[in-house]
Amino acid sequence: MTATLLWDPLFRDPLMVGLVLAPLAAVLGCWLRVRDEWLACLGYTHAAGAGGVLAAAIHVPMLPAAMAAACAAGGVKAALGRVGNEAFAVMLLSGWAFALLLAANHPRADVVGRVFLDGQILFASRDQLWVALGVAVVALASLPVLSRRLLRQRFQPAHHRANRRTHWASGLAFDLLVVLSMAVCSMAMGVMAAFAMVLVPAWVAWRLARGWHMTLWLSAGLAVIAYLCAFLLAILLDQPFGPVMVAVLLTGLPLRLLSRPGTSG
Amino acid sequence: MSVDPLVRADTLVVGHRFPICRPVSFELRPGEILGLAGPNGSGKTTLLHAIVDAEHVLSGSLVRRRDAELTVLQQRPGLPEEAPFTGADLLRICKAEHRDPPPCLLPLLPKRMDMLSGGQVQLLHVWACLGCSASLVLLDEPTNHLDPDARVRLADMVETGRADRGLLLVSHDRTFLEQTCNRVVDLLPATAQF
Repeated sequence: MTATLLWDPLFRDPLMVGLVLAPLAAVLGCWLRVRDEWLACLGYTHAAGAGGVLAAAIHVPMLPAAMAAACAAGGVKAALGRVGNEAFAVMLLSGWAFALLLAANHPRADVVGRVFLDGQILFASRDQLWVALGVAVVALASLPVLSRRLLRQRFQPAHHRANRRTHWASGLAFDLLVVLSMAVCSMAMGVMAAFAMVLVPAWVAWRLARGWHMTLWLSAGLAVIAYLCAFLLAILLDQPFGPVMVAVLLTGLPLRLLSRPGTSG
Repeated sequence: MSVDPLVRADTLVVGHRFPICRPVSFELRPGEILGLAGPNGSGKTTLLHAIVDAEHVLSGSLVRRRDAELTVLQQRPGLPEEAPFTGADLLRICKAEHRDPPPCLLPLLPKRMDMLSGGQVQLLHVWACLGCSASLVLLDEPTNHLDPDARVRLADMVETGRADRGLLLVSHDRTFLEQTCNRVVDLLPATAQF
């Protein structure tokens, strides 16, 4: 029955959207942890949510509006430089307050606002699948190039400066990739499910994996398994997808206890 | 044939708004290991930063050869408390694959770095600098976290990694510098009395 449900034509596009976005978000979560910026994506998801709600209120396409709002939030972050978690928290709170106030005062925005908060991937369309695939292809093409520079910047922060090479371009490209991915994820999965997808699989893999590549694979694998479980549970139990997704991911959090790193003195 | 120095400092004074050190002159050529010694607060790390980004120079001159590829060991290399990176990851990320790592590091390469001791991590970070192709290597306090045995290994690594490049070691440990360097330059705080 479960296999039939998964392959039901009604659910096929939503299922595929999540199968593309879940590993993408989880892998990006690993790099965000490297950069100590995992809270940033919660700011981006709320900014995207606010953009989507605003788009509904003024009758413009929601996905581009969500992406534009997340890009604007990314631009603010880039302009402020590495400012720490407080700036991301302000971004989050602003997006949340703006979206809810707009939703409370506009009937159409109210519906969209609830979709963002609940996360209804079952409504994801073929258009969203194409956009998700596009972002995933861009990520697949750019991350191998960006990865070494981003990681080296973490381990040897003075390296690029010392050799008179600029680092801002790779940082900006990564930020843009995160912003676009988070906008698409929040539109499809809901704000909190997108954030949990970035946070939890990478956090678990961070503890269990030995080596960077294993961390990426484990994080992506955990995200796909959790997503499939949540997708089925949401349909079978007739529950909103977002909270189910978050609950399933949190259920996997104790996996971190399987390994207990300690230093050798 | 004379080889241009990788770095040349002439009556150099570094500082932020005020001088930290007294004027110092030195030059470092390929194949040399130069030590910069001095007590805490004498401007050793600030001088290193000046070589990296040409800032903090208050007077005198500091010239770095334009074609010199540089790598730097900082005192607090960035690594989250919990991180899945192995020693091999670190060397790959820092492109320290130009030379084979010394035998003492081989057992550390498959292990997660957050499972290693501070001294083992320090040796890996040193080799991340020495194992790459940079022609100028700056090591800031490389003896941090090292016990006497590890210091011997560090001295071997420095000797192995010198080849035809210039190494600048900054340390308050003058004994170590005298054992490993061709020359040692003393840096005196600006407030030092004579």
